[in-house]
Amino acid sequence: MADSIFRKLRDGGEEGELAPALTIEETVASPFALDVSGYLLANLSSSILAGKSKSQGLVLITFSRSPSFYLKLLKQKGIVVSSSAKWIRILDCYTDPLGWIDQPSTGVSEASSLIKLHKSVSNLKRLFSSIIEAGRELVGDGKTRFCVAIDSVNELLRHSSMPLVSGLLTDLRSHAQVSSLFWSLNSDLHQEKITNALEYISTMKAKLEPLCPSSDGQKNALESLFSVHQDFGKGRFHVRFKLRKGRIRVMSEEYHVDHLGINFSPISSVDTVVPTTKSLLPKVQFNLQLSEKERVEKEKVVLPFEHQDHGKSTEIYDGRRSPADSTIEATPLSLGELQIDETSSGKGGEIIYFRDSDDEHPDSDEDPDDDLDI
Amino acid sequence: MDRSLNLLDLALGFDQEQADASPLSGKLVLIEDCVETSGSFVLHQLMKRVLSPHSSEALIFLAFARPFSHYDRILRKLGCSLSTQKANNRLVFFDMLLMKCSGVEETKENASAVAKLFREIQETVRKLCSVANSNVTVMVDDMSLQEIASTGNSNQDHVLDFLHYCHTLTSESNCSLVILNHEDIYTSMERPAFLLQMVCLADVVIKAEPLASGLANDVHGQLSVLNKGISSNSGRGSSRNKLQNFQFRIKDNGIDYFYPGCRS
Repeated sequence: MADSIFRKLRDGGEEGELAPALTIEETVASPFALDVSGYLLANLSSSILAGKSKSQGLVLITFSRSPSFYLKLLKQKGIVVSSSAKWIRILDCYTDPLGWIDQPSTGVSEASSLIKLHKSVSNLKRLFSSIIEAGRELVGDGKTRFCVAIDSVNELLRHSSMPLVSGLLTDLRSHAQVSSLFWSLNSDLHQEKITNALEYISTMKAKLEPLCPSSDGQKNALESLFSVHQDFGKGRFHVRFKLRKGRIRVMSEEYHVDHLGINFSPISSVDTVVPTTKSLLPKVQFNLQLSEKERVEKEKVVLPFEHQDHGKSTEIYDGRRSPADSTIEATPLSLGELQIDETSSGKGGEIIYFRDSDDEHPDSDEDPDDDLDI
Repeated sequence: MDRSLNLLDLALGFDQEQADASPLSGKLVLIEDCVETSGSFVLHQLMKRVLSPHSSEALIFLAFARPFSHYDRILRKLGCSLSTQKANNRLVFFDMLLMKCSGVEETKENASAVAKLFREIQETVRKLCSVANSNVTVMVDDMSLQEIASTGNSNQDHVLDFLHYCHTLTSESNCSLVILNHEDIYTSMERPAFLLQMVCLADVVIKAEPLASGLANDVHGQLSVLNKGISSNSGRGSSRNKLQNFQFRIKDNGIDYFYPGCRS
């Protein structure tokens, strides 16, 4: 399923359509959007390098990590980026987003063709034009296209308003040379409407959720971080595709993050059911649920109204006396004592009720209350 | 096991043999505490570790909360003289109480004040790196006070910007960044963006809180250490995504750490 996201991003949109866009949504309790985008970046770059992709370049805009971090990450996945690489450009909005640093440090200017320093992040028009410029440097002016990856929209949103950011993203999507676009977002940092608005302008949404999501919502995002315990690093990966005809497809997978990166696997029901039920129960001193042994024993108990069902059909008295009724009624009377002994010595308790033969039949004409002195 | 290592050191990964650098280099450590349980002792412990005679690391300390004499007194009890370290150029102490950037009302000037502070720090980091060629640790005590000091009643953006720039130091110069912050200031807010942003940026979150079961004489609180280890690249994966819980007791000249119920 993570594969299908990658394939959609690799294949890009049809000509004249908006480019497919992906929002990777993380929360404070499952902060692994970086791992997902690392996974996508590595796969996209290897397919670009192998010529399997429709797009021929990749522009990465970094806000939350340094360019060198990403170069290391790609190297770890076996993709070495030389400073003269013709397929990737990194737009560095991380090192100096506000222009506080006067003189560029020595480290940045080294790989200037690969990494471009971008100051004044709040000016989104300039950011847009420099993204397109960087892409054109890779693929030229023609019809060849490139992918755009933004590592964190949160930083963008911090420096400028929501309409401007969504404008930038829409501009990028509708640009003829952009084949696909993805960005990550931490939904705990912003209001829900911002998350929703970004979901609207994306064709795919991938949401990372911890294994035991907290029930009390966003307010305790911090507490939920510490309640994940040993399951930190595992969770569910929900993906929503908006298909072209307007249909929506939702898929879920499990992820597991270790030091090598993120792994996806189909949801195993056994693993997930146990922790969720455990976590949903409040912590109390006594058992709210029965153990297996208790349950079996409980099933053995014969309730009073069940005793008559020893192979015979259950008879419900409907107010009339049936012919069979008289024989059943007659026999127990004579065997009465004997049967009681049997049951008291037998296993399992039973409550047996014999109707007293002296009782009047309920449907007799006599007034049942006439012996009362009213 | 080395006797000098306590549970906190183990949780932070100091047990792994590393020839090159401390396990915290290039990382952001966030210490969260609350009024009931102060987390400053973690800061003191880390200060002592950075300035220990075995290492060659240097420390830049931004003090918003307390003056130099306070830290000097505490660290002396732990067996470390700050004045000597200052003279040895291993400690640079920014006393923000004296600098007072709070008087400025204009936001633009405020931003430039924060920017100026950052430039000073960056300059110091460069100097320390070039002289000693060692790891530099930047400590902030505490971030919430900077918010108050530098922005007054306006937004917290400048502090977040400052934080972002400090974060760039971790990748550029491989510094470690240790920040103390108070969690309960933000409890009334629906979405404490400032706090959450810091938690997102942090690689290690240490949370100090009072005992869940109430006050106790011999246990002063509990620590949760969450090692996200996002920026840790190959080789250091073993402590990734680990959450560890233990309790502590603060003594005059040190801290006892122990697992719940295992106090010897």
